[in-house]
Amino acid sequence: MESKTESTQTFQTLENFGHSLSAPSIVITPKTVDEIYQGVKFAKKNGYQIAARGAGRSYNDAALNGGGVVMLFTEMNNITSWDPETGLITCEPGVTLEQLWHKILPDGWWPPVVSGTMTTTLGGCLGMNIHGKNNYRMGTFGEHVVEFTALLPNGAELTCSPNLNGDLFYSMISGMGMLGFFTSITMKMKKVDSGYITVNAFPVYNLDEHLTAIERDAPTHDYTVGWLDTMVGGEALGRGQIHAANYVHGNEDPNPSSSMKLESQILPEKMFGVFPKSLIHYFMKPFSNNLGWKLVSTAKYVASLRTGKYNQSHAAFHFLLDYVPNWEKAYGRGGLIQYQSFLPKETARETWTKLIDLSLSYHLPSYLGVTKRHRPDKFLLTHAVDGFSLAMDFKVTSANQKKLSQMLQEFDKMVLEAGGRFYFAKNSETSRQTTEQFLGAETIERFKALKRRTDPDMVLESDLYKRLFA
Amino acid sequence: MTNERFEAPTPLHPFKKAIVIGAGRGIGEAIARKLTREGYLVGVVSQNFDNAKKVSNQINTDAGEILSLAYTHDVKNFDEVDGLLKQVMDDLGGLDLLVYNAGILLPTTLTTYQFENDRTMMEVNVTGAMAWINAVAPIFQDLKRGQIVGISSVAGDRGRVKNPAYTASKGAFSTYLEAIRNRLSRHGVNVLTVKPGFVQTDMTKNQTGLFWLITPEKAAEDIWKAIKSKKQTIYTPFQWRYLMLVIQHIPSFIFRRLSF
Repeated sequence: MESKTESTQTFQTLENFGHSLSAPSIVITPKTVDEIYQGVKFAKKNGYQIAARGAGRSYNDAALNGGGVVMLFTEMNNITSWDPETGLITCEPGVTLEQLWHKILPDGWWPPVVSGTMTTTLGGCLGMNIHGKNNYRMGTFGEHVVEFTALLPNGAELTCSPNLNGDLFYSMISGMGMLGFFTSITMKMKKVDSGYITVNAFPVYNLDEHLTAIERDAPTHDYTVGWLDTMVGGEALGRGQIHAANYVHGNEDPNPSSSMKLESQILPEKMFGVFPKSLIHYFMKPFSNNLGWKLVSTAKYVASLRTGKYNQSHAAFHFLLDYVPNWEKAYGRGGLIQYQSFLPKETARETWTKLIDLSLSYHLPSYLGVTKRHRPDKFLLTHAVDGFSLAMDFKVTSANQKKLSQMLQEFDKMVLEAGGRFYFAKNSETSRQTTEQFLGAETIERFKALKRRTDPDMVLESDLYKRLFA
Repeated sequence: MTNERFEAPTPLHPFKKAIVIGAGRGIGEAIARKLTREGYLVGVVSQNFDNAKKVSNQINTDAGEILSLAYTHDVKNFDEVDGLLKQVMDDLGGLDLLVYNAGILLPTTLTTYQFENDRTMMEVNVTGAMAWINAVAPIFQDLKRGQIVGISSVAGDRGRVKNPAYTASKGAFSTYLEAIRNRLSRHGVNVLTVKPGFVQTDMTKNQTGLFWLITPEKAAEDIWKAIKSKKQTIYTPFQWRYLMLVIQHIPSFIFRRLSF
C-alpha cells in the first residue's frame, strides 16, 4: 500500500451527486484498517488532507477534497456477520444499502432506515446520519447503530456505543467524516413479515391540506412522504400527492417467503417490459426546462388525482432515485442542486409559501419537491426538527447561477428566521454564517473541541468542512 | 503564509484554478488580474514576496473576495517546485491552468561574454519552466484536461547578436513547449506558446528603438482570448507574426551583418 501510493500519486477527477461540482484528488482505496492507517500516514507525511468518501451521493462538496487525498471506502465492503435470529448485522463501512437488504430480506428483515437510493454506503449514511420516509417514527440511521469501531487520525482505534465513548458516538455519527473513520458498524435491523408494502396514494390540493395530511397520517403509518408540485403558486400552491404506507403484516401476505425473495424486489431494467430504463434520462432532457417541466409536473398531478391503494415491493417503494438510472443527467451540463429546509411544524406552512412564491417570481421554479415528517434527535450536528422538510431540486445553468444563488440566500434567511435547519449532505450554497446560526456557536465549538482531540493535526478536511467550519 | 483561504467554489459560485509563475509585475501581473476577472482563483507566484502580496491584495480588494493568494518562489530553486505545487493545488482545490511567465533579460553588449548571466537567463527562462511543466504535465495527463501557457518571446525565433543567451533561452522554451504540446494534446491538454513583442514592462524600460509597444494589459487580453479558444501559438500584438515570418527568412549572410 505504502509503496503503491508513493509511486503513483495520480490525480483523479471526482464529482458530487448531481454533477454540479468536480475536483481532482489523489484517491486511496483501502481494503483493511491497516491500509486506512497507511493512507493517513501518507497524507500526513506529504502535507495532504483527507476527505472520506463512500458512494459519492452527497449533493454538495462533502465527499470532495480538491488537490488533496480522498479515502474511498467502496472496496472495504464485507458483511462480517449476520444473525437472522437477533437481526444484528456487522458490516465494513463500504457496504451499500443494496448489499444490506439483499442479505437480510430473504431472512425476513429490512433496514430500519433507508435513503432514496440504495447505492449509498453505511459509512456515508452514518457520516451524514441519513433519514428516510419514516424519520418521525424510526429516527435517523444512527439511532439503529448498536456500536461501531473507529480509527482516529491520531492512530487510536476504539469502540463507540451510546454508553461507551458516548460523546464520540453522538458526534462521529453526523460528523461528516471529520472526526475519524468508521471501520466496523453493528446495527439492528427491522423484522418484516412480507416483501410488500401497502401504499395509500391520494391527492392534496394546497399546502395546508398537504401538511395536515402528513401530520394526520404519520402516526398511523410506517412511512409517509409527499410529492409537492413546486411549479404552481396561488390557490393551488403546495398541491401534490401523499403516499402513506404500511408494512404488510403476518397473514396479509399469503406467500411471504416468495415476496421476500430478491426476484420479487429487483427493480425492472425495462419500462413496460421493453424499453431499457438506462436510456430514459436522454428522453427526459428535452423536458428539463421551465415550460417542459411544467407540462410533466401538471401531467403528474393530474395522474395523481385518483386515490389508490396498492401493494409495492420494498425496493420499488424506497429507492425511487434508482428507478430511472442516471436521472440526474437529465438536468444537463450544469447539473442540479438540491435545497432542503427543515422547519418546525408551526412555521413550515408560512415559510414554504414564501419560498415557493419567491421561486416563481424569480422564474426559477424547483422541478421537484418532496415533503417529509421529522422528529429531533440527539446527534451533535443534527439537521432534524419536530416538523417537516421540503427538498427542492433546481437545475443549474451558467445563465441562472447568479440569480439562483441570490434567491437561495433569501431562502436561507427566511428559513433561519423561522427556526429552520439544514442538512450537510444536501445544500451546497449554505454559508458559514448560516451554519453558525442554525447549529449555534456552542455546538460548533463542541465539535471542534472533539476534533482537536481525535484529529490534532487537522488531517481530515473535506471541501465542505473547509468551506463551512475550518 | 497567512491564514487566508481562497473562496470556496459551489455549484452556483464556481471557479477555475490557475497558477501564474512570475506574477509579481509586468505581463504576469496583468494575466493574474485578468484571470481573476474571468472566474479563476489564482496562485500568484513571484520571487519577490512583497510584489506577489501587493498584486494579490489589490486583486482581492478590487473583487471584495479572496480570489488570489501570494506565494514566494525563485524559479531557480528547482527542488522547491514539487512541494510548492502541492501546496498551491491544495489551497486552490485543484488546477486547470499553469502560466509560466518568469523571464529575465540581462543586458549585454556586442563584445561582452558573461557566463554567469547566460546561465541565469537559461535557468529562469527555460530550466525553471521545465521544472514546473514536468511537475504539472503528469497531473494534467492523468486528468485528461488542463492547459499550460508559456510566455516565450519573438526573440526566440532567431539567434540575434544583441543577446545570444536570451534569444537562445526563448528559442529553447518555444521548442520545448511545442514538444510538450505534441505529447499532451493527445491527452486532451492544451499547450499555448505566447510570443510577445515589445511590452511596457521593467524589462523594456531602458531599451531604445521600440515599436508596436503595448501595455501588459493588452498582452493579457490577447493571451486570455488565446487561452479561451485553446490556441497553440500566438504573437502579441498579432502583427509580429508577419514580421517574424519575414525575419525568419532573412538569409544568414544578411542577418549576421545586422546589428539587431
